[in-house]
Amino acid sequence: MKKAQPTRAIRYGELLTRGGQRLRSAMTSGWGIAWVTLFLLVPLLGIAWISFMTRGTYGEIQWPATFANYQRLLGFGVLGFDSQYPTIILRSLVLGGGATLVCLIAALPLSFFIAGQPEGRKQIALTLVVIPFWTNLLIRTYAWQILLGQDSVLARLAVGLGLAEVGRPLYPSAFAVYIGMLCAYLPFLVLPLYTAVEKLDWSIAEAAADLGANRVQVFRHAILPQLLPGMVAGILLVFIPAIGQFVIPDLLGGAKTVMLGNAIQQQFGPSRDWPFGSAIAFVGMAVVMLGLWINTRVTAAKGEEGML
Amino acid sequence: MAVAESSRPVRSERPAVEVEGLVREFGTFRALDDVSLTIREGEFFSLLGPSGCGKTTLLRIIAGLDLADGGVVRIGGVDALSIPAHKRPVNTVFQSYALFPHLSVRDNVSFGLRMKNVPAAEAGPRLQRALEMVQIQQFADRKPAQLSGGQRQRVALARALVNEPKVLLLDEPLGALDLKLRKELQVELLTLQRRLGITFIFVTHDQEEALVMSDRIALMRAGKIEQLGEADMIYERPRTRFVSQFLGSCNLFAGKAAGRDGDALVVETALGKLRAEGYGCSAEARVEFTLAIRPEKLYLTAPDSENAQGENRVPVVVKQLIYIGSETHYLLDANGHELITYAMNARVGSQGFDIGQSAVAYLPAAALVVLED
Amino acid sequence: MKRVGLPLWIVSALLYAFLYAPIVVVIVFSFNAARYGGPWQGFTTKWYGVLLDSPEKLLAAKNTFILAFTSTMIATILGTLLGYGLSRYDFPGKKLFSWLMYIPVVIPDIVMAVAMLMFYALVRDSLGLFPLGMMTMVLSHVTFQIPFVAIVVRSRMVGMDPAIEEAAHDLGATSLQTFWYVTLPLLLPAVVAGAMLAFTLSLDDFVVSFFTTGPGATTLPILIYSSVKRGITPDINALSTLIVLVSVVGTIVATLLQRPRRTQGER
Repeated sequence: MKKAQPTRAIRYGELLTRGGQRLRSAMTSGWGIAWVTLFLLVPLLGIAWISFMTRGTYGEIQWPATFANYQRLLGFGVLGFDSQYPTIILRSLVLGGGATLVCLIAALPLSFFIAGQPEGRKQIALTLVVIPFWTNLLIRTYAWQILLGQDSVLARLAVGLGLAEVGRPLYPSAFAVYIGMLCAYLPFLVLPLYTAVEKLDWSIAEAAADLGANRVQVFRHAILPQLLPGMVAGILLVFIPAIGQFVIPDLLGGAKTVMLGNAIQQQFGPSRDWPFGSAIAFVGMAVVMLGLWINTRVTAAKGEEGML
Repeated sequence: MAVAESSRPVRSERPAVEVEGLVREFGTFRALDDVSLTIREGEFFSLLGPSGCGKTTLLRIIAGLDLADGGVVRIGGVDALSIPAHKRPVNTVFQSYALFPHLSVRDNVSFGLRMKNVPAAEAGPRLQRALEMVQIQQFADRKPAQLSGGQRQRVALARALVNEPKVLLLDEPLGALDLKLRKELQVELLTLQRRLGITFIFVTHDQEEALVMSDRIALMRAGKIEQLGEADMIYERPRTRFVSQFLGSCNLFAGKAAGRDGDALVVETALGKLRAEGYGCSAEARVEFTLAIRPEKLYLTAPDSENAQGENRVPVVVKQLIYIGSETHYLLDANGHELITYAMNARVGSQGFDIGQSAVAYLPAAALVVLED
Repeated sequence: MKRVGLPLWIVSALLYAFLYAPIVVVIVFSFNAARYGGPWQGFTTKWYGVLLDSPEKLLAAKNTFILAFTSTMIATILGTLLGYGLSRYDFPGKKLFSWLMYIPVVIPDIVMAVAMLMFYALVRDSLGLFPLGMMTMVLSHVTFQIPFVAIVVRSRMVGMDPAIEEAAHDLGATSLQTFWYVTLPLLLPAVVAGAMLAFTLSLDDFVVSFFTTGPGATTLPILIYSSVKRGITPDINALSTLIVLVSVVGTIVATLLQRPRRTQGER
């Protein structure tokens, strides 16, 4: 239920009229909001707009407005059904989702590990996770080219296990992309998950064990539900950027792992089809909005402030 | 029988704060429901009540930290609601003290003087006097984080008093302190107030604290004032069940009118026929009502002693006793009805009663009070 | 609290190793004597010297830091005001705008990058403003830095005991005085934290810079990317090592600064 703004209010000791609050808002929040609106929101609207335009002969943007770009994304190109872009979209969702899942599976033990440390070591353990988080993603990603190169330890290990051929590096491949994503996004999931683990009410788990549940059941029914809000926050923080990743599939992936991010770069780079590139970007945007909306609903249901 | 004269010295009659018909709503919840009272200059006035009764809301509205949805507040005769908090001649001591963590004690206390640009020549001595008044001058250069709870409380007090406000508002300032410290500070605050002569409005939920310190108390409940008056008056003459049980304890029982005896009332109760002379008895026109008597006014004697004869004597059996050192509290069974009495262990050697022992309880007529509900 | 068993230790150790493997590998291979990268051929520190001789790299470093400092300063001021305003005042549409502020935090950076690129291109074509280069990069960086600073400041504001500001007013301070003498000093740690956050975001940014850069405005991440595309060489590893060391030291310092300090005699 929306209430009208009161005409007067006293906040933190000062009396403000409705007009007074609006003036204060303009003087404080106004600048930041104006900036972000102008330099981000307007351009994003621009993307939506341009995605309906056509590409001119020399790469400029032209009328007429058309759905052609979106049709192409759905696979209905000029020459009949072309699965290239639907595949890319699907692949992005799968790779992004898969990477998120892998990160989740890895983040769980790590979160419990850190939470289980004695007080002094806890901060160190956490900082050790945070340090790579703040290190340049580009550098960490290209480093995997070295680590997965044809003479590297890992490559030789894979050859030894019969998983790869001699003399070939482990990248570009979907595997390498997953590795890159895991390395990039693991801290993103560990931080909120760790916070949730720290706040765990162990007495519920103890009660469950008391009542005869085995370890799996205890985890599923007593611990997992408590971790859920932290998990959801972390998952969204990983899934959405992962879908739109550009650098990781670009450096560690190949033609078979082209994702939304690569496709967008292609259209804004060599192919110079900005309207089409905008359409792809718009799809990425739509996923972001969806994700944010889901997050709002989930955290509203739990009554929390959410990840932000 | 008239209640003894008020034991506090008479204060000036000029109103320091007047509140009329004050209303404050939060959504559908009425925190203050048409509250009116007058606080006299120089008095120590307490707002007492359980949590949620509106006492803190009332204080904050007087301070200017909250809006009123209706009604009038006057400070020193001047309408205050249209004046913002920083211009009102009142200062507040907050429950959490709200000391500025980044400033030293000295800078905290002198904050108000600096904001009003009081010239250094005048500010210096005022600051020094304020520090000495609460005895914190030796901590003047420390930061709040380096002080104990009691010391922080004093700083908060000095910070407010240095501005020489017309009224000092205190929002449960002693709540966070341990019992011993609290009692010490109660006495200190009281002495300070008497010395300075500033009007204090003190919010607390601790009835003992209110009784110790206040000239007058307003007992609040659910946004309304249940009873207002001098401390001893409210205690001796509670008007409702809530008041009788919030301030100390009280024995309550139902009574039916069974005749008059001059100014006194003869009542039929579960404890037998009693004669009542206390507050309200002479005016009582109802047939059914509640009687109240304070536990310390009830006397216990052995059944065979001479004190066991006479009016208002009720045979009882001792159900439980609680020994507290200076007192013994007895839980009595009077014909199925429960009574509590407090007996002072005034004489050396055990004079008390044992559990299961029969005794006689004497309910002096003058101590039996009629409640309004 | 559950005790941490051996299997958990092993798994965690492996995960930590996994996280640090790329960093370690870059540092190690920056000392590789092989000229064109590839397998290990002996230890040398000469590549660090080569860095100093490369005007291209020095220019990129200069650009990177100027970009980071400029954008951080602007974003810190705007972000602090925004965080403060959002925590204190209401205005119509506030809920919607607060929500929109979070877009730069979750949006894939490439979507943000191309949106900005198109915006600048169109504005340049029609109004002649915003040629691609340092300026557009600053504009873009500030845009994604502001929400981060605002979030940090806002959460500090929300966590502050409201009674402190009430006390300031009660003691006679006007709104401006309260802000200057009480709120801002208490907010300063959060402002600094926000600024450091913004600075790091700018230093590390690649995608947005890549799309909004112009001639002469290459930054270190862009340089590294272009080089890596051609093949990893040890001097790039040397450069990366230096950058990584700056991040590591910065993170450690920031963590140490943020630890609650114990003052003498606190009870």
